[in-house]
Amino acid sequence: MSEILVVVDHTDGAIRTTTAELLTCARRLGEPSAVFFGAEADVTPGQLAEYGATKVYVLDDDAYRDCLVAPKAEALAHLVAGRRPAAVLIPSTSEGKEVAARLAIKTDSGLVTDASDVVRGDDGAVHTTQSVFGGAFTTTASITKGTPIVTLKPNSLTPENADAAAPIEVETVDVAVSDAARAARIISREPREDIGRPDLADASIVVSGGRGTGGDFDAVEAFADCLGAAVGASRAAVDAGWYPHAFQVGQTGVTVSPQLYVASGISGAIQHIAGMRSSKTVVAVNKDAEAPIFGLADFGVVGDLRAVLVQATTEIDNRRAAGA
Amino acid sequence: MNIVVCVKYVPAAADRTFSAVDNTVDRADVDGMLCELDEHAVEEALRITEADGGEVTVVTVGPEEAADAIARGLRMGAHRGVHIVDDALHGSDAAATSLVLAAAVRKTGYDIVLCGMASTDGGMGVVPAMLAERLGVPQLTLASQVTVEGGTVTIRRESSTATEHIEASGPLVLSVTDRSNEPRYPSFKGIMAAKKKPVETWSLADLGIASEVGLEAAGTTVSAFAARPARTGGQIVSDEGEGGARLAEYLVAQKLV
Ligand SMILES: Cc1cc2nc3c(=O)[nH]c(=O)nc-3n(C[C@H](O)[C@H](O)[C@H](O)COP(=O)(O)OP(=O)(O)OC[C@H]3O[C@@H](n4cnc5c(N)ncnc54)[C@H](O)[C@@H]3O)c2cc1C
Ligand SMILES: Nc1ncnc2c1ncn2[C@@H]1O[C@H](COP(=O)(O)O)[C@@H](O)[C@H]1O
Repeated sequence: MSEILVVVDHTDGAIRTTTAELLTCARRLGEPSAVFFGAEADVTPGQLAEYGATKVYVLDDDAYRDCLVAPKAEALAHLVAGRRPAAVLIPSTSEGKEVAARLAIKTDSGLVTDASDVVRGDDGAVHTTQSVFGGAFTTTASITKGTPIVTLKPNSLTPENADAAAPIEVETVDVAVSDAARAARIISREPREDIGRPDLADASIVVSGGRGTGGDFDAVEAFADCLGAAVGASRAAVDAGWYPHAFQVGQTGVTVSPQLYVASGISGAIQHIAGMRSSKTVVAVNKDAEAPIFGLADFGVVGDLRAVLVQATTEIDNRRAAGA
Repeated sequence: MNIVVCVKYVPAAADRTFSAVDNTVDRADVDGMLCELDEHAVEEALRITEADGGEVTVVTVGPEEAADAIARGLRMGAHRGVHIVDDALHGSDAAATSLVLAAAVRKTGYDIVLCGMASTDGGMGVVPAMLAERLGVPQLTLASQVTVEGGTVTIRRESSTATEHIEASGPLVLSVTDRSNEPRYPSFKGIMAAKKKPVETWSLADLGIASEVGLEAAGTTVSAFAARPARTGGQIVSDEGEGGARLAEYLVAQKLV
């Protein structure tokens, strides 16, 4: 069966949900091989095998950590040339998309970014589905050139364990990183502090606040914590300095596609919608019944967000207490 | 410091659709504009040259109407424009666009090639990385802040997991986010001055490109497109003191809690 390269997204070795999604997706196309950038000691092959990887290539070089994008693209090009995979799947993060972009040029291949689905068509080609124009349209495409490269959006499919975890082979790959690829050096990195909430990009529930919070995110955060959700913000809230930019949902922020998205005090500008349109269920709380966000809400409450969110939080807490 | 800014002419948000003929982005007879995110790139280039000297060239790859995007850049204060227009470009993908831009900036010469973070129509955010790859120069992309000192450029980049400072020496490709600066509005003086600024129009032949562009050369083929159906059947309730409870009920009924 043809080999599919899957770039592993991990934090110090712990694989992220997106990796499980990518491996699940890769199994439809062929036999997944994971590509792990980092120290061999950090790889947990068992985790990867669980989702069907039969091989993991480990690439360890300071450059993958200390330089921007280019070294990883070089390494993948090396693997593509050597193994001739049938496709390469990469997480749709800003770094992932840039790695994919350079790889597409190096290997003269077709590239699709932000795909929500990937299948092999009857014609044998890789077919993708993606939303464009801020989610206003859905398109399907086939990749017709070189080694198909796809970046896959988080939460696009449900990870499934492989039927029987086959034994996984760990292979260390040595690629000389060129001087040119080392030219953009990361001179400092301040990791974002762990706030004890799920990561926005791959959270299954997101509760967002906008200008309507008036700068007070307490009710939003309390509701998020009650649901085990990530907190998001509109650009108006970020621009006002109420919430850090890393939490901005939208065209120029993070794209999310959770099971549930709660927009509170957010009007629903197209640039905001661009980042949350593919959410499965949308709830809106806004005191203006005419707010465009209600146009895409499955459930909406016209009212003051503080009163509504606080009451909903209490109600859910009470039900849980009663049920326990 | 000579800076070339890559600016894209995009259909206005309300007019974005596809051509039923060949599934490409419909660019005929639609209202267009300079991509808002590229205004930040023009602004950054102006700030750098205002501080350190040098000239700003705005370059666009696009149909006749794309001249408007160049005009906007010139009114903001850029010194010259280059418009690459050719029928053979129709249906080009990001890889082809980056090929053309790479040839164009080689021809103009540059210390920095500046891009926006993404185009608001295509929105892949890949052209800057592709351009750096083709030019074989360092990429400093998605900067929320830019510092230029001598020949060294340092950017701040905010990823989902960290804030990084990244450094490289020119020539290089730089892209800036909408957090990097506040783009200026053209002044009356800027608008008048723009009329006399030089704009060159180049064809693919002028760049020595004979193939590898257009719909035929694209690495992907859009097989179908569909407007996302409007959500219907949403239930909207008015809060009369029990809105929160009803929200909780809804979430329970949907098995979301
Ligand atoms: C190039 C570009 C990129 C952009 N990118 C993004 C992006 O990535 N993300 C993004 O979000 N925006 C983005 N924007 C901005 C976007 O256009 C809107 O300006 C922004 O989303 C508005 O944020 P908001 O909904 O919080 O504020 P507003 O539009 O001001 O809406 C506030 C809402 O709160 C409601 N409200 C007020 N008080 C209460 C209350 N007590 N209880 C309940 N409701 C209340 C009001 O009725 C109103 O509907 C971008 C814009 C541009 C030009
Ligand atoms: N046709 C084009 N002409 C000039 N610059 C472009 C063009 N397409 C993309 N760019 C540049 O590349 C950036 C990213 O575009 P994209 O990869 O299409 O999202 C834009 O912000 C522009 O700076």
